[in-house]
Amino acid sequence: MCGIVGLFLKDSSLEPQLGSLLAGMLEVMTDRGPDSAGFAIYGSGQKGHVKLTLRGSDLEAIKVSLDPDSTMVLRDTHAVLVVPQDREDEVRGWLAVNRPDVVVTGAGERIELYKEVGLPADVATRFGLDGMAGTHGIGHTRMATESAVTTDGAHPFSTGKDQCLVHNGSLSNHASLRRMLEPEGIAIHTENDSEVAAGYLTWKMRGGASLAEALEASLEDLDGFYTFVVGTEDGFAVLRDPISCKPAVMAETDQYVAFGSEYRALVSLPGIENAKVFEPDPARVYAWTRS
Amino acid sequence: MPVVDLATSSRRDLNAALHALREGDNDMHWRVENPAGQHALACGLDAPVTVEIAGHAGYYCAGMNQHATVVVEGNAGVGVAENMMSGRVHVKGDASQSAGATAHGGLLVIDGNASARCGISMKGVDIVVKGSIGPMSAFMAQAGRLVVLGDAGDALGDSIYEARIYVAGEVAGLGADCVEKEMREEHRAELRELFEAAGVEADPAMFRRYGSARQLYNFHVDNAAAY
Repeated sequence: MCGIVGLFLKDSSLEPQLGSLLAGMLEVMTDRGPDSAGFAIYGSGQKGHVKLTLRGSDLEAIKVSLDPDSTMVLRDTHAVLVVPQDREDEVRGWLAVNRPDVVVTGAGERIELYKEVGLPADVATRFGLDGMAGTHGIGHTRMATESAVTTDGAHPFSTGKDQCLVHNGSLSNHASLRRMLEPEGIAIHTENDSEVAAGYLTWKMRGGASLAEALEASLEDLDGFYTFVVGTEDGFAVLRDPISCKPAVMAETDQYVAFGSEYRALVSLPGIENAKVFEPDPARVYAWTRS
Repeated sequence: MPVVDLATSSRRDLNAALHALREGDNDMHWRVENPAGQHALACGLDAPVTVEIAGHAGYYCAGMNQHATVVVEGNAGVGVAENMMSGRVHVKGDASQSAGATAHGGLLVIDGNASARCGISMKGVDIVVKGSIGPMSAFMAQAGRLVVLGDAGDALGDSIYEARIYVAGEVAGLGADCVEKEMREEHRAELRELFEAAGVEADPAMFRRYGSARQLYNFHVDNAAAY
């Protein structure tokens, strides 16, 4: 069992509250996943620059070694380093050689991605989710059933620029998909089946598919149980497997689209009393794009 | 009328208070405010009490109900009225998956839609859905009646036993061993009774009946080679 949440804002006046709303949703999902938690937020971005979310210890030293003038925001065990796009490969190369202990959890113009072991409320507090602004975000609370409780095993997973995915369920053909994706140059770093699903979507979108098209294709190619909530720089989407094995509730108003594993996760959202609350159909792609 | 505000008191206390009620007690009409989608509200009731839930309920609301009337004034989560034995459960909004699952008796009325697996393994309950029902509904349904004023999703009545299904709208597809059957006067009379019980205005002539072809009941020795 896991809990997943997502919030996609249509009304920009809510953007300063994105983090606090998402933190509330995440905390309610503690009953579904008390082992670890994580979230991705699409915040501000700067054209021509890449935000690298790094996880590890002594992250400040990286900035000093690389470029003391660069921007780095430290948040507990993570830090967001902003580098010019044309320097990204160089920075990643430097990290691989000099700081192999550091993990890049997410990269893109606007995405920031944090995850840790612990109760969701504690994880949210450690990273200061409450104070984060943004246009959309997704989150996950994990109850590990098949692998150890580690930060690597926590969601979301990001396998492409400004892309992220949270998953409730389990995939049965992730090993063969992994073998298919690796020669295609899709790097999958953990043993987690959900990362394979993220990698699959990255691969499809790299080939020109839209987020909705990539999810449509996954209905053919992914075997198993899943409810996915997926984010891209300008998109937000939801897909459930054809027998809707895992729960999902959505709410839509003029101000937002929200997703929760259970309705409880949505009750503190503004205007929820008058929202259109619905359960997404199995095997149907729901996608929204920022205008 | 006792009013319980779940914003300030616990669900466990609410359920304990409802369980303590006996037929003939004075306060047999309760109202529950701020349910906020909490799970297991008004579960395991065993007295002719009426409980109104002023909002959305979470999982297994009114599960195992006997004798009680539970009204959910919003949506209900997974497994509303699961394993109900008797009484009445009325959801004014939509119901999530597995509404009325395994229920033996009583009446479940859903004003909105019910999602997948409505009436799965139903064992005698009557379910009336004013909207539509999702896929895989009435899977392995054994007894009882499922009435749908809207449409039904795919694989309706898969592996059904003796439950009777009535649908006014489109059926996306029938499951294994589920077939359309003739509507006779006894079935129209049965529908009229159910409409009255559920407070529904509808014309029995609009409905088609589905049930078991009874081909999966017994092991056929002729099929032995297939296993």
